[in-house]
Amino acid sequence: MPALRPRLGSSPLLRHLLVALVGGAVALAVLTAVDDFRAGQLAAMAYLGIAAAGLTVLTGLNGQLSLGHGAFMAIGAYTAALFLGDVEPAAPLAVVLLAATAVASLVGLVVGLAAARLHGPYLAGATLALAVAVPGLAIYFGDTLGGEQGLSVRVPEPPAWFADLLFFLTAVDPSRGRFVAYLSWFVLIVVLVLLANLSQSRVGRTWRAVRDHEVAAELAGISLTRARVVAFVVSAATAGLAGALMAMVVRLTAPSGFTLTLSLTLLTAVVLGGLGSLAGALIGAALLTFLPQVVTGIGSDLGLDDVQSAELAPLVYGVVMILVILLAPAGLVGTLQGWRLRRRAAAGPAAPAVPATARPSDPTRPSDPTRPSDPTHPTHPTHPTDKAGRA
Amino acid sequence: MSPSTPRTTADRWRRRTAAATATVLTCALATACGAGQDRDDAESPADRVGVTDDTIKVGGHFPLTGVAAPGYSEIPSGHQAFYDFVNAEGGVGGREIEFVAKDDAYNPTNTTQVTNELVLSDEIFGMVGGLGTPTHGAAIDFLNDEGVPDLFVSSGSRQWGETPEEYPMTFGWQPDYVIEGKVMGQWIAENMPDARVGLLLQDDDLGADGEAGVREFIDDQIVEVVSYTPSNTDIAPQLAQLQAADVDLVIGFSVPSFTALSQLVALRLGFDPQWMYTNVGSDPSLVGSLLATFSEGAVADGASLLDGVITTEYIPGVDAPEDPWVQLWQRVWDEYGEEGEPLTNYRIYGMSQAYTLVQALQAAGDDLTREGVVAAIEEAGGDFEGPGLAPFRYSADSHLGLSGMRVVQLEGGVGQPLTPVLTSDLGDAEVTEDESAAGDAPPESGIPDVEPVG
Repeated sequence: MPALRPRLGSSPLLRHLLVALVGGAVALAVLTAVDDFRAGQLAAMAYLGIAAAGLTVLTGLNGQLSLGHGAFMAIGAYTAALFLGDVEPAAPLAVVLLAATAVASLVGLVVGLAAARLHGPYLAGATLALAVAVPGLAIYFGDTLGGEQGLSVRVPEPPAWFADLLFFLTAVDPSRGRFVAYLSWFVLIVVLVLLANLSQSRVGRTWRAVRDHEVAAELAGISLTRARVVAFVVSAATAGLAGALMAMVVRLTAPSGFTLTLSLTLLTAVVLGGLGSLAGALIGAALLTFLPQVVTGIGSDLGLDDVQSAELAPLVYGVVMILVILLAPAGLVGTLQGWRLRRRAAAGPAAPAVPATARPSDPTRPSDPTRPSDPTHPTHPTHPTDKAGRA
Repeated sequence: MSPSTPRTTADRWRRRTAAATATVLTCALATACGAGQDRDDAESPADRVGVTDDTIKVGGHFPLTGVAAPGYSEIPSGHQAFYDFVNAEGGVGGREIEFVAKDDAYNPTNTTQVTNELVLSDEIFGMVGGLGTPTHGAAIDFLNDEGVPDLFVSSGSRQWGETPEEYPMTFGWQPDYVIEGKVMGQWIAENMPDARVGLLLQDDDLGADGEAGVREFIDDQIVEVVSYTPSNTDIAPQLAQLQAADVDLVIGFSVPSFTALSQLVALRLGFDPQWMYTNVGSDPSLVGSLLATFSEGAVADGASLLDGVITTEYIPGVDAPEDPWVQLWQRVWDEYGEEGEPLTNYRIYGMSQAYTLVQALQAAGDDLTREGVVAAIEEAGGDFEGPGLAPFRYSADSHLGLSGMRVVQLEGGVGQPLTPVLTSDLGDAEVTEDESAAGDAPPESGIPDVEPVG
């Protein structure tokens, strides 16, 4: 037993699994306690969180900036929609999710090969074009992909064992919407564990090495192209998976759901939370999901009419974004960690900070003063994207 | 590494493990509270959600912000004004109507969220006037699965009413694009039989259904078909293609912003055919203001650019201030509308839908249930007398809305009738003259008076 304790502390996998177990239990409790509407919102938060986590790995750890992750979500969503159309019987859910992930990975591989040759604004431009083009494909192949009005998605019935289990626990039969919420959070947690492990493994170290200093990384025997392509594929796969869940949450997959705004929303979630931080991606996703509805509700309570309170939401969203960039340029999580690190440093050098690699959610330590060249650490509130895309 | 580090880490992790175990156990206990109950007890009737002794709550999704907001965001204000008017007179069966409009910015992802919010959180009795084809497509399955009345969708897609067995709770309202196309097609066949016709279609039901309708009559006259997607505002290639095909008449199944764009691009190309637009995209004041905006002031009097344009009309609008219905709308708007805002065709649209909703609620009687209101519209809806120029088609077999319209030509922003009211239905149903619902007037009080069914 005494031998287990240090191992528990030093094995990232065990630690991540433990955190995931706690997170899963909390998510289960919360999802069970809230009403159907909140469960729907939480499902939306989960798929945004999955996609944002994939993007934060790409941008924060590998330094590649993608403005086109909405396109990968679209690919995942359309794949899922084709599987979950009116054709009976629908394919098993696991197959649908895996297929969406696989198709998005394939496209990610192709784009990633090109992306590995591009830097900064050029990469941003190329991925931007992808975000604009992919929804157009759905219109071009309107006969198969439903054109402008999209494909409707039949949300699968919860499997019997799940319904029975949930009924045993809560005495209520789960609605389809709630089932999708549970599913989304389950997938979210699995993805976060996988990404956290990956970012602390050899692969993750390679990504960071490439991001921080290309020449040094190459001298150490790292293939730049390979590292970048792998990062891109992982990120695209994650976005595809998120898209499949999105299709089930939204119950419809249409081009107007995958405008450039979606890609920028993901980037916003990542920047709000803190580049490179998985916890930050989750917090960003939560903000983007709940802020508009809460703000609109406050607007109505203040006596504004429907249009005015609807217009309040984008306003507050913009103000929050500006405030975060001005006051907490490393993002919410990044700034919090910086503050904690500084406080610990002030407390005395006898208690060294836990190495960055020992914490699951903050692989980049954005505010560590010993790494001024860290591109995910925009010390000055000027164009964090330039720096992130510099690699 | 100082020698103390492992112990510190181990200590920390032991504490965390303990905390985690406690959390897991607590959560497990908390979630297990409902265990062991009988499944039958969990059923609860949802048929009266949103109805109390003195209120009825309804709501809809509209683009209040974003690209589709101009014009469309005015529809809920029309609804609200008419409900305020009815509530001031005692409401429906002693119940006041509460109306909630939620913004979806014309994005189906948002529509799902706000529909969830309306149904699950605001607990509306029914949805009314949910706007948009792709957007409402994201809501229709959910509303029908939950048994929520989905009344008077603000879109002319045929899917809202063609298959009541699939979507029993959903009702269309405005004439569908198929019959609009047929009415247009018949007019062209009779009045411009030699015209070479080009179609400018929006890439969705609006274009597809409209084309199907037009082709019923002038299939052989159509020489060129082009389409645009709303996300791409460059339609110069499409118009150049129409110009190259040497068409005399262009029928645009387009939304207002693309009506304006097509006019501007045609000006630039020196392309001057006879124009015909769907009712959806021909509101003269909105298109006029869009023209002024898009041309950055170069086209100052945009409405006059639409002079001579042919379109259709199914409810009287602001261009007919003498119409008794418009006088009612003006009276309601002056008293209950937003201060300083003018009455517009979109507000009239909202008020007209609201009028139909009040009729439906009256028909459903004092014992108001979700199933009851659907049954009442199926039974009595075909006889509702309202601002519509043609009767509704509501029955147990069809949930499609108004059955017809008339062809008009715009002169100085006013529609001059070219035909009497023409009615039709999907498929090869004939286009016939039917003035039975036109020319009527609202009751003196301005509030409909429909007998409860059954």
